[in-house]
Amino acid sequence: MLTTFYIASAIAVIATVMVITRHNLIHALLYLVVSFLAIAVVFYLLGAPFIAALEVIIYAGAIVVLIIFVIMMLNLKAEAVEQERQWMQGGILIGPSVLSIVLLVELFYIISNVGMTGHEYQVVDAKAVGMSLYGPYVIGVELSGILLMSGIVGAYHLGRQKKKIVHRFLEEVEE
Amino acid sequence: MEMETIPVEAGLLLAGILFMLGLLSVLIRRNIIFMLISVEIMLNAAGLAFIVAGAKWAQADGQVMFVFILTMAAAEVSVGLALILQIYHQLKTLDSDAANKMKG
Repeated sequence: MLTTFYIASAIAVIATVMVITRHNLIHALLYLVVSFLAIAVVFYLLGAPFIAALEVIIYAGAIVVLIIFVIMMLNLKAEAVEQERQWMQGGILIGPSVLSIVLLVELFYIISNVGMTGHEYQVVDAKAVGMSLYGPYVIGVELSGILLMSGIVGAYHLGRQKKKIVHRFLEEVEE
Repeated sequence: MEMETIPVEAGLLLAGILFMLGLLSVLIRRNIIFMLISVEIMLNAAGLAFIVAGAKWAQADGQVMFVFILTMAAAEVSVGLALILQIYHQLKTLDSDAANKMKG
């Protein structure tokens, strides 16, 4: 179990590193799917099988497919990869890397000083999550519904194209 | 069968590393779609920390919080992608520096 956890963690970290260093968007997204699947394995090992299934269905399924659809709509050419390579070269990586690694080392120091002991993980199944979700957290469920509704309205409003009026001789775009 | 248990520190450290990688990617990228993907990585890492904490106390609350984070991530990515489409149609580029001027 411990070995599986470390292997899955290593895959997640390596795949995420590959995501943030790719120049091609589709390659990055494929690595992102691998990273999400590895994190789903970690969730399963931590006794959360319901969340592992949600991770695969919603993150690795719906969200990544949504991003792929948008990339297909944008119809990016090979120049986009070349431009990305051009943006990524040079010492652009050094400053942010140093700052974030210092933050990570601080976090590691804090976590390692708390002194939590390992113990058996109990499986918290979908029933317990559902009982909690529709019991004490029911107001959160309603707020999530409002959030999703505003997300739908916002995405529709922002994604709407300007109406094109096609005349016989001249084309103009209505503001 | 003797099973070794996963240390809580290791789970939290994994969440920390993934969050750091997402933050690093937001800082170094100029492509807006890559920045959106990085925000997804960071949100997922935050959810992982919630799951680890929930597993430590064997309570469902961590998983409930993950469901809320998932909902928020889904809403955020749909609005973000709509914004990216609008920016690409108006500026013909995915460079985030091209959209740094406000038009009053």
